[in-house]
Amino acid sequence: MRTIHTDEIIRNIKEMCIEANHYLSEDMDKALKDAMGTEKSQIGVKILNQLQDNLNIAAEEMIPICQDTGMAVIFIEIGQEVHVEGENLEDAINEGVRQGYTEGYLRKSVVNDPIIRENTKDNTPAVIHYSIVPGENIKITMAPKGFGSENMSRVFMLKPADGIEGVKDAILTAVRDAGPNACPPMVVGVGIGGTFEKCALLAKKALTRSVNERSHIPYVKELEEEMLEKINCLGIGPGGLGGTTTALAVNINTYPTHIAGLPVAVNICCHVNRHVVRNL
Amino acid sequence: MDKYINTPITEKVTEDLKSGDYVYITGTIYVARDAAHKRMIEALNRGEELPINIKDAAIYYMGPSPAREGKPIGSAGPTTASRMDKYAPTLLDLGQKAMIGKGKRSKEVVDAMIRNKAVYFAAVGGAGALLSKCIKKSRTLCYEDLGAEAILEIQVENFPVIVVIDSKGNNLYETATLEYALQK
Repeated sequence: MRTIHTDEIIRNIKEMCIEANHYLSEDMDKALKDAMGTEKSQIGVKILNQLQDNLNIAAEEMIPICQDTGMAVIFIEIGQEVHVEGENLEDAINEGVRQGYTEGYLRKSVVNDPIIRENTKDNTPAVIHYSIVPGENIKITMAPKGFGSENMSRVFMLKPADGIEGVKDAILTAVRDAGPNACPPMVVGVGIGGTFEKCALLAKKALTRSVNERSHIPYVKELEEEMLEKINCLGIGPGGLGGTTTALAVNINTYPTHIAGLPVAVNICCHVNRHVVRNL
Repeated sequence: MDKYINTPITEKVTEDLKSGDYVYITGTIYVARDAAHKRMIEALNRGEELPINIKDAAIYYMGPSPAREGKPIGSAGPTTASRMDKYAPTLLDLGQKAMIGKGKRSKEVVDAMIRNKAVYFAAVGGAGALLSKCIKKSRTLCYEDLGAEAILEIQVENFPVIVVIDSKGNNLYETATLEYALQK
């Protein structure tokens, strides 16, 4: 049994909120740089160059990469040999978010109720996904999610007879409809299987995977590669202004499902696909 | 084609702008997004005056991150314009000439643009740090209680945008996408 104090969790989450919003992860950074060498449209190259300038300014001057510093999505994997000491864990996570967004000059984008819509002024609450895993560590993944792309995400409850072709159509439909709204070049997270809510969670989790890491399941890896190529033939391009770089990666996660169903979720993320991971 | 324009943005200026032009804007523009638009339209419905001078105005659909000490503004990139589609035609009919945002617009908005000779510019989405460098001054004009959604008046210098939909209704999102959709 190992004891972890919530003060440590608060401090880490605070730092992760600030880090995620100012520095892109290495895999995303590389994917954006590589795109400059392959993009065929002149205007597309110009926009990709501006995105590089933007990343440099963000890091040097500590200005968030995007003004939409997101709703804080946090995956927390708690080892079953860990004892959490201090305050209530959920309160601690939200305190970390509160401190990160307030002290880090990040935008407060959360409203207290979807209809009444009063800004909570500290970007809480976070959206937290807990899981219990073996071991004596806590793994935290902080993924602030902007809503330009979140709004373009979809869930399709397909029929088993729709099969893999139905899945392909669903992905292309979501990306085509998203177009310029989702700030391309985008990263496409896909969840296939499970239930209505499980496939959405799979898709969200898929976005936290490295963009240069393919699925270990052979047919899923092929599907990821085929869909990336098809998406980049849609012509949407950087900024939606035409070009061959519409997506940087398609990350697909799967899960067993029911005999009667084929749920598919497509969670779209813009080129500011932020995720920071820490192990405590 | 590169063009440099100053605010206010008159009909004479918009008539000369074509879909696909790179435009650099200098002058005063307003910043307003979802909640501010809703409140402005509600004010009009009650017969009240708008809190901004809408004639020949440019509205930037944006909600910045907080400014650090000594800086006029924080990160300041465009938000998705379609969420303002419900409100934009009314403001265009009152004289607004330019909208700055990102993403698609509705047919109702495009019709109102043609009717009023207005333009829709896109700024690069997700380039908020870069765009903030072209904003020299910023002040909250009204609706401060809305936080990041308050109406601001900002001074911009060579603020880079692209004409997506011009005053004739030509739409770069449609034409440019088609061009590259044909390529493998």
